[in-house]
Amino acid sequence: MKYLVYLLFFALVIAHHDFWWWDQHRPFIFGTIPVGLAWHVGISLGAAFVGILGILFCWPVDDDEEEALIDAAANTPTPNQEHS
Amino acid sequence: MIAQAAGNSGMVSLVVIVCYMIMLIALGYFASRSFKGTSADYFVASRGIGPFVLLMSLFGTTMTAFAIIGSSGEAYNAGIGVYGKMVSWSGIFHSFCFFLVGIKLWRLGKQHGYMTQIQFFRDRFESNNIGLLLFPILVGLIIPYLLMGVIGGATAIEKITSGAFPEMFAATKGGLPFWAGGLMMCVVVLIYIFYGGVRGAAWANALQTSIFVVLGIVMFVAIANKLGGPAAATEQVAKYNPSYLKVSISEADHERFLAQQAAFEAGESKVQPREPEEIPPLIFLTYMFIPFSVAMFPHLFQHWLTAKSASSFKLSVVMHPLLMMLTWLPCVLIGIWATSATMPDGSLVIPIGTPQNSVLPIMIAKLVKSPVLGGLVTAGVLAAIMSSLDSQFMCLGSIFTNDIVGHYVAHDKLTDKTKVLLGRGFIVVIVAITYLLALQLRGASVFKLGVWCFTGFASLAPLVFGALYWKRISKIGAYATILTAVVVGGYLFWDASRLEGTKDPTIFGVMPVAVIFAASTVAMFVVSLMTPAPSHATLKKFFKNP
Repeated sequence: MKYLVYLLFFALVIAHHDFWWWDQHRPFIFGTIPVGLAWHVGISLGAAFVGILGILFCWPVDDDEEEALIDAAANTPTPNQEHS
Repeated sequence: MIAQAAGNSGMVSLVVIVCYMIMLIALGYFASRSFKGTSADYFVASRGIGPFVLLMSLFGTTMTAFAIIGSSGEAYNAGIGVYGKMVSWSGIFHSFCFFLVGIKLWRLGKQHGYMTQIQFFRDRFESNNIGLLLFPILVGLIIPYLLMGVIGGATAIEKITSGAFPEMFAATKGGLPFWAGGLMMCVVVLIYIFYGGVRGAAWANALQTSIFVVLGIVMFVAIANKLGGPAAATEQVAKYNPSYLKVSISEADHERFLAQQAAFEAGESKVQPREPEEIPPLIFLTYMFIPFSVAMFPHLFQHWLTAKSASSFKLSVVMHPLLMMLTWLPCVLIGIWATSATMPDGSLVIPIGTPQNSVLPIMIAKLVKSPVLGGLVTAGVLAAIMSSLDSQFMCLGSIFTNDIVGHYVAHDKLTDKTKVLLGRGFIVVIVAITYLLALQLRGASVFKLGVWCFTGFASLAPLVFGALYWKRISKIGAYATILTAVVVGGYLFWDASRLEGTKDPTIFGVMPVAVIFAASTVAMFVVSLMTPAPSHATLKKFFKNP
């Protein structure tokens, strides 16, 4: 499933270059939005959808780690490490 | 007083704006009541910001005046392609950066107590001095961004309050002068971040973001109604300027333009057509690099560190592209309608040659004719501007305090109380300098500089991706990445600044950001592979499997 999310992400990037609509303005979606603009509104919706899939299948922090980080953070001092 | 104000549209608008400013100050007051007195609370809100406020902070911080006034002006100038260039690319890559960069930095911030970007880079690249190189670059890139906000906001206030004080400010046609509008904005932002710290900024951003999203929709409905409904408004564009409803243009578009121009000149049509405009495919494609700037914005870094948990990012990952769509789509449609919208006598609402930033105010003034709505829309524009200004002021104060004075001067021995005191002091100084610079540069084309700021930050993005995902990136490789971005970017900026006009500057037909991004990435890989790798201790600190 993780790979499907990656694939959808790249599909979204490729779909952005929608040269097939570039020279036409009709149809108007909902009678108002030119088809090329509507396509890009679709890309925005697609980005949100891929975001949902990313959260469900590729989330980088598991619950246990998250709890440990939150607990540890309270006692972590500001970094003062010196480097050459 | 109220009756007097009601008869004076400039005064009505001013009253709306002042009410809005008072609301922000009140919010800063409430935020200050939650202040715990520690530097972690002042600079990163004790890392306790939840999903909704985080979403609104991240979104409000990335949107500036460009989101409302600029988007409609750009659409008026270049047609629907502006949405693809700015919004759908950002929808894809902003969320991508929140996911891949934001969450990882949040995790490292929690583990190691970082408050600024420079602290992270100093540790990751085992270099005490990298902060001294990054500091002037980050400040140099943020300052024009700040100026753009102050100048844009103060100009909008002056225009919309025109007539409020006809005798006192005759030179500005009675509008609140630039110096006073700018001062009002700076002082209000200063008050709520001075007392509330980054929590004050986050809360104010939540309010301001809600305001400009809602007002954008209200404005869209009001203008659409006056044009006979959204469908009729779009049909009018299809009749007179169809090239603005698509990205590229054809020979037929040129022929239609010449025929309509001839009809206009012969007096057969009152609508003067606009020359067809297109966005070249390579420009459209290489705009994809601009949104990578969010990976390197120091003020976004600071907001990421405020998150209570990694789960707080989930709402931002999903909702950010949708909020961008909700904010920009109405403004882009208003911009393309403006190319062909006519008054009852058949003349254009927006005469040819109108500066693009005046498109939206004129559409409101001529079609909606409501000073209250005018004031509210200006408040919306100010909301978009101030929600970026506050975070940038906060972040500069934080960098000065923690990275420069705290680290290099006091060698990390400052007490918490001193840090808060210094942070507040620096913020006052930065606000004052920004205000004075804005007074000096109010006529300068800072808008172009704004685009270059995004380009500069985006060109440094390989550094943060390398730091988080490539174990082999070395200290010298990091310096090479930064210096390449500065040298190549500086040269291209100097080269482009000699060009006149409003067109995007290009290098071999692509956006300069693509060239600088590629150059800094190559420098990072080549130099890192040729120089010593980071120590095992550092890799262990930053990677699960060193």
